[in-house]
Amino acid sequence: MVDAFRLLGFQHGGWGAALLMAASVTVLLSVLGFALGAVFGGLAAAGRLRNSKVLRFLALGYCTVFRGVPDLLTIYLLYYGGSVALTSLGHSLGGSGFVGVPAFATGTLAIAIISGAYQAEVYRGAYLAIDQGQHDAACALGLNRLQRLRQVIFPQLLSYALPGLGNVWQLVLKDSSLISVIGLVELMRQAQIAAGSTREPFIFYIAAALLYLAIASVTGHAFYRLERKAPWRVRSA
Amino acid sequence: MIDFSFFLEILPKLLAGLPLTIELALTSIVAGFVLAVTLALAQQSESPFVVLPIRGFVAVFRGTPLLVQIFLTYYGLGQFRHQLSAIGLWAVFREPYWCAIIALTLNTTAYGSEILRGAIQSVPRGLVEAARSVGLSTCLTYRHVILPLAFRQALPSYGNEIILMIKGTSLASIVTLMEVTGIAQGLISQTYRAFEVFICAGAIYLTLNFAIIRALAALEYWMSRHLRHRPSTRDAAS
Repeated sequence: MVDAFRLLGFQHGGWGAALLMAASVTVLLSVLGFALGAVFGGLAAAGRLRNSKVLRFLALGYCTVFRGVPDLLTIYLLYYGGSVALTSLGHSLGGSGFVGVPAFATGTLAIAIISGAYQAEVYRGAYLAIDQGQHDAACALGLNRLQRLRQVIFPQLLSYALPGLGNVWQLVLKDSSLISVIGLVELMRQAQIAAGSTREPFIFYIAAALLYLAIASVTGHAFYRLERKAPWRVRSA
Repeated sequence: MIDFSFFLEILPKLLAGLPLTIELALTSIVAGFVLAVTLALAQQSESPFVVLPIRGFVAVFRGTPLLVQIFLTYYGLGQFRHQLSAIGLWAVFREPYWCAIIALTLNTTAYGSEILRGAIQSVPRGLVEAARSVGLSTCLTYRHVILPLAFRQALPSYGNEIILMIKGTSLASIVTLMEVTGIAQGLISQTYRAFEVFICAGAIYLTLNFAIIRALAALEYWMSRHLRHRPSTRDAAS
């Protein structure tokens, strides 16, 4: 037990500071991935709600593929595929040797693509939950397209989407641990490094699990409060 | 640009991993389902000594990444080699295969028990009271009334969980098991043709998931017979 405190402590030879740093990388990676995923998800949801057959097909394909294929495969695709593309670009510019893609950017993109596919479903469901009368009323008030979207549809959409987005966020947080396989030193990778160099895997994986739990419960609570307290909350009649 | 012969070359190699993927998924889904039903039923008890530990287990396994759980089982428990040998469990925890199955099973148990707990709660109280009033014991009420209705109610969510488990088996490749994703990763690092391998492995997973979705839809159709054609007893009587 004393050993665990020493290993996880902040003094010389303790891994506490490194783990906390890595945990903040995990949070940053998840937040950026989730935010970029919101853009992808929003576009895909808009595509699926459009009349154009091509757009609907593309959006449905995106959602189906990235929700059905293991996240690890998507990560490998981006990492190796991106590196190969960069390397050949480097060669065509007269360079030589292998160029690897930066792990953080690749990880963010991977999380964005995967979470976007899940977020699309949430946004689509939320859009469909908005009463048709709201669209009609906004039209009747003489608001133009942008105003309708910004002042009437979007606030309601967000309020309907929040619970679903909370679920996707939890998924993103846990998925971010997979980015460790491409060498980004986030919480999972840091725990691996510490476990390897001290030969105490049990303590470090337990510590990582507890940190994930802590992040999940704090952010989960934030989502819960947002749901309850949001000024744009749709009041049920 | 697209090289079909390459696809033909890698497809059999990737398919060779499919039995392991299915084996991992099937074992953990079946074992997880049994445990999930047990935990969901146990949580119907009012005793905090039963309910609180289960809540804790569920919170921990739903709140941490599956990868951490697999590593904790494989590398973390591996540290207790002597203690595990002493109780004869080292043979189990030495194998990445069993560690992956244990972690996947516990993970799906946590999610599954929450789905089933919700489904059991959704069974209308009136039906339970009706069952009791015709003299069914608690056990029989569960067997003939509550559980069949709860299973049907839980099916769509449980279907999602099954798909997530299929995807989850890919993490077993990180502890050296060569299932479809593990083989795909090997092929990518050998050939550096990430896109083609992704298409091929992705198609295998999508086909598998599609088959599962269709099977579950058929199961749901079969389980909702009573909702489809209501026998009009009144017409028959008249």
